[in-house]
Amino acid sequence: MAMMPYVSPEQQMKDRADYARKGISRGRSVVAIEYDNGVLFVAENPSATLHKVSEIYDRIAFAAVGKYNEYEQLRVAGIRLADVKGYQYAREDVTGRSLANAYANALGAAFTESAKPFEVELLVAEIHADDVELYHILYDGSITDEHGYVAIGGTAEALTTHVGERFREGLSRDEALGLARESLGAAEKREIPHDRLEVAGLDHDRGRRKFVRLTDADIAAALG
Amino acid sequence: MQNTFSDPFDLDGPSFSALLRRRLPAAFEAAFSSTPIDHVEGTTIVALTFSGGVVIAGDRRATAGNIISKRDMRKVFEADGWSAVGISGAAGPAMEMAKIFATELEHYEKVEGGPLSLEGKANKLAQMVRANLPLAMQGLVVVPLFAGFDPRDHIARIYEFDAAGGRYEERRFATAGSGGRDARGSLKARFREGLDRDAAVGMVIEALWDAADEDSATGGPDLVRGIYPLVAVIDAEGYGELDDSTVAERVQSVIADRRL
Repeated sequence: MAMMPYVSPEQQMKDRADYARKGISRGRSVVAIEYDNGVLFVAENPSATLHKVSEIYDRIAFAAVGKYNEYEQLRVAGIRLADVKGYQYAREDVTGRSLANAYANALGAAFTESAKPFEVELLVAEIHADDVELYHILYDGSITDEHGYVAIGGTAEALTTHVGERFREGLSRDEALGLARESLGAAEKREIPHDRLEVAGLDHDRGRRKFVRLTDADIAAALG
Repeated sequence: MQNTFSDPFDLDGPSFSALLRRRLPAAFEAAFSSTPIDHVEGTTIVALTFSGGVVIAGDRRATAGNIISKRDMRKVFEADGWSAVGISGAAGPAMEMAKIFATELEHYEKVEGGPLSLEGKANKLAQMVRANLPLAMQGLVVVPLFAGFDPRDHIARIYEFDAAGGRYEERRFATAGSGGRDARGSLKARFREGLDRDAAVGMVIEALWDAADEDSATGGPDLVRGIYPLVAVIDAEGYGELDDSTVAERVQSVIADRRL
């Protein structure tokens, strides 16, 4: 029988974290910015159909970076949880916080127990009449709530710094989009064309389902 | 951990009712076996196409035997942005079916990233009616009427069902419920091709009037309490309900026309 060499738990966790981080840094980043009427997610995404940002429930949106097939599974699992919960109780009982906790638990369990951790980083947003909740969930299940803006992905650090220096409360939607695009460009050190942007968000002006996705034409019009 | 996520080739993947049956069998059973106290077996639902859309409307009366148990019952529901479902039959299971059906459409749209086709929605509803067959055999019949507009090919369609889950497409008009026969006669006499929206709305209100006139289990407009039929229009703009004041106005003109 082949002997496994001893690896300390610290080393094991560190190796897993390095592995997950490496996977995540290969993908493109997403930035979320609050504006006067909701929250906007912006990403550079060359695909028009393989989304990084999507709708989970009436007031809840999801954004992810990393390995597509992994976050797609998590996205569908989230929709299932939300729809079953909303059916069993009431629509307003489906909350971003409980969804974010479910994701944190799933990622945390996979990080410690399974052969390989998820190579994903997630954002969950929920809008209320007067504020926005933003949850940031890492590959190891650690979770933080953020205010105003948050970035995930390989260039998250540069993005956060860039947005942080320019963000203020009460941006208009178009200003938030402009800031997001400028920051994504600054983090990548190149100009990002309109048609490579994926833009979606939660907007108070919508009906029951607050999620909205901007078309290429909307984006071009907003950026002028 | 693994069973949190689905098999990628699971055929029930984007289906909400299959998800309920799998993960919450008790809730699913309950959804389709509640004992009815109210009966909405007496009902009239009418749907009528016009150029550029479809209008669907229902009366508001719920009865239990010869008792009027509710006067402002909602029997027409928005299924999604482009379709509506009207229900007739046992109230409990019928309303539950409308709720699960609407969740089903939204669930599919979110998981798959786009809505079902209109025919796909009608087929799904037919399956739900069929699943209710054992209860239908015990007398808890649910018969929906489904109307929608397909934004892809700009055609409005109506689907009728029978208690066994048979699904029949109608391009002109269809009715359901105990007053359906009288309403159908009314529509048959007035219908012509290429109606506009206003004329179609007037026609469904007349048809509901005729049904209420003949069928004791269908409620007419309640002028004293200000309760009017629920009229929804689905066209290129999507689903929208007429407000009570508009319906009241149309009802008044029907009354004026019919005064002896």
